[in-house]
Amino acid sequence: MTETRKAPGRGLKRLAILTALTLGTAYGLVFFWTPNEADQGFVQKIFYLHVPMAIVTLGGFILGGIFGFLQLRSGDRKWDLRSYVAIHLSLMLAVGTLITGSIWARASWGHWWVWDEPVLVSFLIVFLLYACYQPLRFSIEDPDKQARYASVFAVVAGAFVPLNFAAVRLAQAYTHPRVLGGAQNSMPGSMQLTFLLAIIGMTLLYITLWKFEITSKTTRMQLASIKRRLDSDATGSPA
Amino acid sequence: MPALPLDTAGRYVAAAYLVFMLILIIYVAIMASRLTRIQKDITVIDEMLKTRDEHAAKAPPLPTEASAQQ
Repeated sequence: MTETRKAPGRGLKRLAILTALTLGTAYGLVFFWTPNEADQGFVQKIFYLHVPMAIVTLGGFILGGIFGFLQLRSGDRKWDLRSYVAIHLSLMLAVGTLITGSIWARASWGHWWVWDEPVLVSFLIVFLLYACYQPLRFSIEDPDKQARYASVFAVVAGAFVPLNFAAVRLAQAYTHPRVLGGAQNSMPGSMQLTFLLAIIGMTLLYITLWKFEITSKTTRMQLASIKRRLDSDATGSPA
Repeated sequence: MPALPLDTAGRYVAAAYLVFMLILIIYVAIMASRLTRIQKDITVIDEMLKTRDEHAAKAPPLPTEASAQQ
């Protein structure tokens, strides 16, 4: 009896369409429905891009840690691949978060970067921490060791992310616009709905890209395995 | 700081959204190059299979049970 395995790319098309629809609707609402914020004016539209991207980035880093933990527990290398792709995608979004944040800071505060703002600096620290992940990972040649060390890194760094931001919350920052959880800065309903839709859209984008990359990497590995088997059939040696 | 006029604010907002688009485009371009490598691998495997089939067709048929008894 042959075992049928689930194709990694299953449902990717539907997910991609859903992502495009959600993100398209969210950013359509941002520009054509949501009112301008009284204090910052039109510049505040960056908020609907920057904040969801930052939240999804940090969520992705934590997800990478969870996958790393599962890899360490089971020893199954598929979790390592999932952890690697999650962190790799989060790094890409982190670059976007830093650049869009910098543009927003310049427009609202008149500076590209503010060193005494804990949210910005802590995000930069998290980014720099994860920037070490890939050099560390690819400096190890043995695949098992690579998976194990990368997973340990992912777990430790993943645990650092929420701790870091909890510390920032406790640090009473008033310079950075407090958009979530602040009673005095509560948004009107239209802004809240658009923001929620933007977060859902950004999360779906992350999941779509994650699934896409996992499918691409799995396909390459499967092809390499088929090639090795064909090579060994041709030479008569075991694969 | 007072709100920026629309023409100045618009440039910043456009820049932020363009950065996001640019990152997505770069990512898609990288994935497209990987897809090209997958396509190349498939071509190699296809050629290997063709060569194997040609060798199998040229090779003398394996003795069957009936021919072995003769």
